[in-house]
Formats: sequence, structure tokens, C-alpha cells
Amino acid sequence: MDILTAIAIMALGAVVLGAALGYAAIKFKVEGDPLVEKIEAILPQTQCGQCGYPGCKPYAEAIAKGECDINLCPPGGMEGVQRLADLLGREVKPLEAEEKPKQVAIIDENTCIGCTLCIQACPVDAIVGAAKQMHTIIAQQCTGCELCLPPCPVECIHMAAVGETLDNWKWKYPVVGIKAVPLKDAA
Amino acid sequence: MIFAPSPFLLKDASVSQVMTQVCVALIPGIIAYAWLVGPAILVQLVIATFAALLAEAFMLKLRGKPLALFLSDGSAIVTAWLIALTFPPLAPWWMVFTGTVFAIVFAKHIYGGLGQNPFNPAMVAFAVCIVSFPAMMSQWPAVGLELRLLDQIDIIFGLAPRVDALSSATPLDAMKTALRMGDSNFDIAQLLANQDIYGNFAGRGWEWVATGYLIGGLWLWHRRIISWQVPVAFIGSLTLLSGALWLYNPAAFANPVFHLFSGGTLLGAFFIATDPVSGCTTPRGKLIFGAGAGLLAYVIRVFGGYPDGVAFAVLLMNLSAPVIDLLTQPAIFGMKDKK
Amino acid sequence: MLNLFKFWGGVKPPSHKTESNNKPISVAPMPSHLVVPLHQSIGGTPKPVVKAGDKVLKGQLIGEADGWISAAVHAPTSGTVREVAMHVRPHPSGLDSLCVVIDPDGRDAWIEHAPFDLASAAPADVFAHLQRSGVVGLGGAGFPAHGKLTPAPNVAMDELIINGAECEPYITCDDLLMRERAAEIVRGTALFRDLLQPKKVLIGIEDNKPEAVAAMQAAVTALGENFTVVAVPTRYPAGGAKQLIRVLTGKEVPGSMRSTAEMGVQVFNVATAYTAWRAVAHGEPVISRIVTLTGNVAEPHNVEVLIGTPMDELLKLARPHPDTDGILMGGPMMGFLVPNRQVPVVKTTNCLIAHSERLFPPKAPEMPCIRCGSCAQVCPHELQPFEMYWYARAKNFGKTQEYNIFDCIECGCCSYVCPSRIPLVQYFRFAKSEIWAREREKKAADEAKARFEFKQFREEREKAEKAEKLARAAAAQAAKKAAEAAAAAAEPAAGEAPAADARTAPAAASAADSEKAAKMATIQAAMERAKAQREAAQPRNTGELTPEQQRDLAEIEARRQAAGISEPPAATQEPKAE
Ligand code: SF4
Ligand code: SF4
Ligand code: SF4
Ligand code: SF4
Repeated sequence: MDILTAIAIMALGAVVLGAALGYAAIKFKVEGDPLVEKIEAILPQTQCGQCGYPGCKPYAEAIAKGECDINLCPPGGMEGVQRLADLLGREVKPLEAEEKPKQVAIIDENTCIGCTLCIQACPVDAIVGAAKQMHTIIAQQCTGCELCLPPCPVECIHMAAVGETLDNWKWKYPVVGIKAVPLKDAA
Repeated sequence: MIFAPSPFLLKDASVSQVMTQVCVALIPGIIAYAWLVGPAILVQLVIATFAALLAEAFMLKLRGKPLALFLSDGSAIVTAWLIALTFPPLAPWWMVFTGTVFAIVFAKHIYGGLGQNPFNPAMVAFAVCIVSFPAMMSQWPAVGLELRLLDQIDIIFGLAPRVDALSSATPLDAMKTALRMGDSNFDIAQLLANQDIYGNFAGRGWEWVATGYLIGGLWLWHRRIISWQVPVAFIGSLTLLSGALWLYNPAAFANPVFHLFSGGTLLGAFFIATDPVSGCTTPRGKLIFGAGAGLLAYVIRVFGGYPDGVAFAVLLMNLSAPVIDLLTQPAIFGMKDKK
Repeated sequence: MLNLFKFWGGVKPPSHKTESNNKPISVAPMPSHLVVPLHQSIGGTPKPVVKAGDKVLKGQLIGEADGWISAAVHAPTSGTVREVAMHVRPHPSGLDSLCVVIDPDGRDAWIEHAPFDLASAAPADVFAHLQRSGVVGLGGAGFPAHGKLTPAPNVAMDELIINGAECEPYITCDDLLMRERAAEIVRGTALFRDLLQPKKVLIGIEDNKPEAVAAMQAAVTALGENFTVVAVPTRYPAGGAKQLIRVLTGKEVPGSMRSTAEMGVQVFNVATAYTAWRAVAHGEPVISRIVTLTGNVAEPHNVEVLIGTPMDELLKLARPHPDTDGILMGGPMMGFLVPNRQVPVVKTTNCLIAHSERLFPPKAPEMPCIRCGSCAQVCPHELQPFEMYWYARAKNFGKTQEYNIFDCIECGCCSYVCPSRIPLVQYFRFAKSEIWAREREKKAADEAKARFEFKQFREEREKAEKAEKLARAAAAQAAKKAAEAAAAAAEPAAGEAPAADARTAPAAASAADSEKAAKMATIQAAMERAKAQREAAQPRNTGELTPEQQRDLAEIEARRQAAGISEPPAATQEPKAE
């Protein structure tokens, strides 16, 4: 008898809680699709298309729809994959391509012929110049996507790693590991 | 060139120093214990220490951690001693042994080892043993039982029969049984009447042991190894509740002094509830933690099914410690009036 | 007597001050050369106004302040500028920054300088003079002094505090300065008082410096000022600006507040007051400072030394013991090991400590946190360091911010007491700089996104406009054709019109073709030209190379060609910083 009462109480509890959860799911359903926005906020906005989509937003939409993997964005690096995995509850996968340090493009101003082809290619308008005038790249706005390299007919654009300066220098993660330094008198 | 981050000066402090001081603080209590209840406790301490170090070494090896570094931190020994001191003095050796191993392996290392355990390992061992072996965990040496060390050792190692005299109830037990039975003939006051509180309490002088713990605890506080909040709140809440009930019905409830000096109250207040790893860390959190543990200990020991409630009380509070901490974050410098 | 307040936490490390505070300040001899970094204070990097080969005089301007929060830099002695180039700076990063290297001529000849006419100057002129003289906070951060001398717009200035606490172990330069040059400090304080107009002026000195307290008291009395000299209890970090404010006034300035002036208090270091007075009364810019030489040395003492003196030359004056293995700049609690021994003394170098394992034994291995709470007990900002550590270690930076990591002043008290030997402060520095980096990245990403979206929008618009234009042109064409057709129909030879149409179409096409071909040809020609130019261009920096280097270069070149990258060899200039 006792055991039946206990089961009944548990069952009742389950039903009530389940109903409450179901109701909450309907009542507090989130409108719109903030997921795409959340994913896009993680993507680095380099707009390089290396993921196989024409920009970060299309890639974000594809991820949200579950059409593709989360490890296709090289500029985002492993950290980006990690954060996407956290957001979406998906498995962390190693990056498809190699991770590169951040770069900027530089136009060799002696060689540039002013063809404007790179201007058209740059997704973020980081190149300034006019037809038959020397072009130059605004380093702060360049995302390092390399899209301007192939169109240049005289190959005057090259990529340079962004060096460490006092403005972007970072303290390193403390390396004093437990295993790294054995006790001197360790047996 | 060398690289090291500031600060370059460091205070002379280490985990093993902290743990050693805790052990030192336990010594007055242990001396009183051995003197008044029987030297068997020393044997139990050795068994527990041995078991703890063995289990610790084994787990460290398994987890690939540096042996010498962690074995010498002393945390396993503290756990071992607390187990030995909370178990009945004549508990069979294998119970102390398995209890300790269980504490080290399951309550400590499975959670990540030193500093990661959400529950106090010693209390987990106590709880597991009292649930698994309720009878043996309740066998305390009876009043007036006089045994020589060798006899005691024989009992611990199962070489001598566990004499009947052993299965006598502690004062806490007697009181509770009476309460549960609704025995109107039984009068708590009577039970306590013929015992001076500082005399031969429960026939064995447990109060002297408790006083030893009190002294050790005060010393720990003086050394700033523990903070005052937990013991004060623990003792305070237990005294208040027991005092209130005692005033309400002195015939059915023992007086606060009895509760303070019996069972594991003082050991719990100063040595168990103050365990920093599994306890609260904010000042207000510590007060809540101590008070909660004190109340629960009283409730469990008086109304619950087990002879003493300290272990369960501490475990229950361990469970709520993270939430308490989260809710009691102190205001930081410059933000006190804005919180 | 003033009612003193307490701040939470703090520690009492062994002070080690008696080694160096019993000898008077001596003057360091002229070093072999001086390396003066241009960026020595918070704010903009001063622009160099000299070039290699220039003759400079002592006190001559060599770096001009760039913006309001920035301070000028001067030649510490007379001589010749050897170069203006990148050299390692005394900074934990070990990165280079622009420095002016001067070879002294030994004459130490001053440039013409005169006292500043204080009586007829408006506050703005005084600020400009201080900025021109390079007066910056000499206590630690090096904030340009003039930037702190304006009261907040609608908060009354209650207290001006002069910080002589000097709470870090080993350092005694402020102690000696107060003992020997108290009158000038008090005069500088009076200058600040006149500019800020506070209700009270308090001079806080830790009570382990009774001589300094007495000297300052005597100077205040002698000059007839009503400043209060207060001996504050010795406890690290009592000399932290916010801690000293708390002790002297009971006010707690929140970490998020940008300026203490918003709470009606302002704090200056004693040495800042001293240099401000020198700049005003004698027209001398900040070209030297007092530095404590101590630690693992035979003769610890204080010296007055020219800014730009290489540290190893300087430390030799105190005769370091042979087992010295590094130089610590600043105190042992917040200082750092300099990246190399030749780095120069800068305006914020208050102390050099010869480092050795005997004095500062290597840290015992880090153990897990046992949540003992010692760190929270001593944190002067009442933070929960172990919680921040937990999250910083897990790189969960959002959580570290929830536990107020940006209120941490990196005083090091928590690391000092931690029984588990966890380099807590290092974790906090790491977390902070990661958070900053992320914010920078986020900002860059947002900008890139906006620009990308704008570009897309613009392309759409252009396409639409083009389509519209085409449509309009087509419509016009159609109308014309219709009109022509109508005209043709009106004419007798109506059959010819379509044929003419058919003839014009290929003509137009071939015109377009030839235009394209011409363009291709120009591009081709340009490519040729560029290639020729590239081949002709002599790499600028390969003039005087050793054979090894040339071999290396050739190898790299070969590898490049193999990889199909033929980069213009001359294009090695750095990306434009900022
Ligand atoms: S690879 Fe990454 S940065 Fe490039 S477009 Fe795709 S999402 Fe954007
Ligand atoms: S300049 Fe080149 S590399 Fe930089 S963002 Fe534009 S296209 Fe990409
Ligand atoms: S002092 Fe060290 S061990 Fe103690 S709580 Fe803080 S971080 Fe943890
Ligand atoms: S370093 Fe930061 S967290 Fe540590 S004691 Fe100082 S202020 Fe507190």
C-alpha cells in the first residue's frame, strides 16, 4: 500500500512538473532567430570566404540551420570553434585548415599600377585609391582576408604578420605547472 | 635571464604547514582521549594514517601527480585523524581502514584531489560507515568498562570477542531512545543528575576530550588557520536551540552544556565544519554555514535516527555551500554603499 | 590629531629598508651613453625632435608631448645624438620602443633655462610649463602631473594628499628625498595646493620612517604652511593611492572611478612635488631622479641618476655580488625583472634590486587552491582572489569580471600569503590583458562587419542604379527605334532599315572588344614595367651584409621561388602602426 502511494506521488509530481515545463516552453518561446546573431558575434568578421560561404553571415546562417560543421573558419581559430561548440552544445572538432597569426595586407606602392581591382575585391573597403593612382591599405581596417591578393595583376600586395607592440602585448598564462617544477628533495 | 612574476617576496606558508598545524591542534584532544577513554585510539590513528597515505599514494600514482609533493602536504593525514577520532574507539580495524580508503579515493580523488572535493572526506567516510554498519558504529565503550591496551587491540583486530559491554549506548543514544519511546518514566535530568559536568560525564570524561578540542580550536583561530565565524555560529546555534528546548521542557531535553560537550560537537565546530575546501568562504557565508550545521546537528542527533548528527549536518551544509557563497559575496572596496 | 581609518587586508612583509636608508643620496657618475625612451609616461608617445648627429645640451627638449595626456622628454646631459632607434624598454614585455641615444660630451652643459614666472601665470600656463618640463607621477604609473591638477567640474576638492608612504619593501628613495630635500617638496606641495585649492593638505608617511616625518614636519613649520604631516601605520600597500586616501580620509574610491578627483581627493608622490618645484623655481625639466640600489649588493644606497642611464652600469655603483642573476625594477611586491640588463633608467624607476636566488628563493611548486581564504583576508580591495583565480585559470573571463577583476590593483598581497604558492596576480594580469585583447578584437570585428555590410549595400545600390540606367537607355533606344521605324515607314525605301541595324551591332561589339584589348595591353605593359622595376630595385636593407646573411637571403629567395611566392624584396616595411 505504502509503496503504491509513493509511486502515485512521484508520478503525480512528474506529470505536474512536465506540464509546467511544457507550458513554459510555449509561453516563453523566443521570437525571431537570435541564434544566427549569436553565432555571427563569435565569427571574426574577416569576411574571407575561407569557410566556403560568401562571408561570415552566410556561414552563421548555415551553422544555425545545421548544414555544416563549426570548424570551417580559420581566422576564428580553435578558440572560435570552442566558443561555437559551447554556444551550440556541439562537439569540439579540430580546425579544418591551419590556424594563422593575424596578418595585414601591404601594397608595394612603387609597383602598384592603380588598377582598382583590389579595391573591388576588398570586402571591408580597407583599400583606398583611385584609377591610375597608387593604392594603399588602411592597416587598422584590414582584416587580413587575403582576398585582394589574387586580383592584383602585378602582384604587389603581400601579407605581413601583425607584430607584437606595446599596445597589443599580453601577459602570458602562468606556466608554473604542478608537474613542471619537481620538488628538489623529491624521492 | 630568469623570468618570474611579482611578487618576489612570499610569506613562509604552505599547505603542509597549514595541515601540520591542524594536526598539532588535535593533539590536546587526542591526549585526553587516550588518557580517559583508552589508548586504543592511538592504534586507530595509526591505522587510519597508514590507510590514508596508502590510498593517497595509490591515487596520485594513478592520476600521474607528483607523489612526494602531494603526500607531504598532510591533507590526507588530517582526513585520517578526523576519521579515527569520529569513529568509535574500539571499531574493528577494517572499518577504520576501509572508511579511510573510501574517503581518500572516492570523496577526494574522484573529485580531483586536494582542493576539489565538494564534501568533507572524513564525514563522507563516517556517513557511509554508519549507514553500512550501524551496529558497530554505535558501539561505544560502556560506562565503567576498563580494558587494558592489549585487550583493546585484540578487540580492534577481532582477536577477542566484541564484549557485550561494548554495545552500550552513549548518553546521546540513551536520551534519544527515551525521547522516541515517549518513555515518561525516563527523565533526562535524572540521567545527567548524578554526573557532574566536569567530573565523570558519561562515566568516561568525554567532556575533557571535548575541552582538548576546544583548546586546539582556539589555538587554530589564534594562528588564523580558521576564522571565528564557523565555530561561533555552530556553537551559538546549537546552544540556542538546545537551550530553548531545554527551557521549554527540561525533562525531555538535555541542557545545552550536555550537547556542547557530548558527541562530536566541538570537534565538528572547530575541525570539521571549518574545512575550507568544502565549506563557505565569504564571512557571511561562514556564519550561515556554521549556524546551519549547528542546527542540523542538533535536529539530527535529537530527532533523527543516528546517534550523532554532526557528520550529516556538515555534509548537508557542504551541499549548499556554493549557493550560500554566491549569495553572500561581500561588497568590494569602494562599493559598499552601492550594493 | 587626525582620525585615521583602516583599510581591509594588507600584509607586513619584511621591510629591508635599513640596508639602504642610512647613507645620504650620492650623485651617480656620468654613464658611457644614455638611452632615453620617448614614451615614459602614460598617454601619447612624444615625437622626437632631434635626429642622429645633432648636438644637444643638458635639458634640451628631445621629445615633444603628443596630446594633452603626454609629457615632454629632455636630454639628460649635453652631447651628441648617436641615433633615434628602437631599443628594449624597461617593461615586462621586453619589447622595443623608440629611444634617443646620446653620447655625453662630458661638459654637462646646461641649455639656457630660467625660473618660471609663477606670479603672473594663469593655471593653464602652469600646466603647459609642467608638461613642457616633463613632470610626471614618479611614484609608479607615471601619469602626467598636469593632468591631475584640474579639479573635477562639480566636486569640491577636499583633500590634497602627498604620498610619502613608500610601502614597498627595499625602496627608500622617497624616504631619503624627504629627509634631505623636505623644503622643496613642501614648496611643490604648495604649488599643487594653489592650483587645486583643496580644503586640506595631508602628507602621509609610513611610521617606519620617523626621520622623514620629522624632516617634513620641520619643513612645513619652517615654511609656515598649514599642511598636516601624518604618520600612517606601516602596512603594505598603505602607499597605494586608494589605500592612502582611505587611511587619511576614510573615503573609498571605487575601482571603476577614473579619477580620484571625482571624490574630491587628489594624490601626488613626494618626488612629483619635488620635480614640479624644480621645474617651476629653476626651470629644470625632469632629467634625473633618485633611485635606490639595493638587494644582493655590497653597498646598498640611493643615488641621483640621469634618466637613460643603462641599469647594469648603474647597479655596479652598489657593487652587486657575483651570484646576482637579474635586475628587479621597482619593489619586490609589484616590480618586475627587467628583460635585459642594459635597459635604461626611466622616470618611474624608483628602485633597482639585484636579484639572486639567495634573496628571492625560487617559488615552491604550485599546489591546488585549498580555498583557505587567506588571499581574501589580505586583499586590500576586498576581492575574492581564489574565485577570480579559478575562473582565470579556466579562461572563463566573463566570470572573472563578475568577481570584479578590474578592481584588482595587482598589489600582490594575495600571492604573498597563498599557502599553495599560486601566482595569483599573474593569473589576474593574464586575464585582464586577455579581456582587453578580446575587446579590441570585438571592436575590430564589429567595424569590419559594418564596413562589409555597407559595401554590400553600396554594391546593391550601384547595381540597382546601373540596371535603372540600362533600362532607361534601353527605353530611350526603343523609343528612338520606334521613331526611326516610323520615319522609315514614312520613307519609300523601308526595307533597308533592319539591315542597317544588323550592321551597326557587330561594329559596336568590335569597338568594345578593341577597347578591352587596349586595356589588357596597358595592364600587360604595366606588368612588364613593374616586373622590370622590381628586378631593378635594389633591396634597401641588403647593402652591407655579411656573407652568411647573404647566403641566408639567397636561400630564402630560392625557397620563395620554389613555393611560387615572388614577393617584391623591397617591400619589408612594417604595417603602419595605429
Ligand atoms: S572563414 Fe570565418 S572569417 Fe572567413 S568568411 Fe568564413 S566565417 Fe568569416
Ligand atoms: S586589404 Fe586585402 S587582406 Fe585586407 S581586408 Fe582588404 S582584401 Fe582583405
Ligand atoms: S590563499 Fe591560495 S590556497 Fe588560499 S584560498 Fe587563496 S588562492 Fe586558494
Ligand atoms: S593583487 Fe589584486 S586580488 Fe590580489 S590582493 Fe592585490 S588587489 Fe587583491
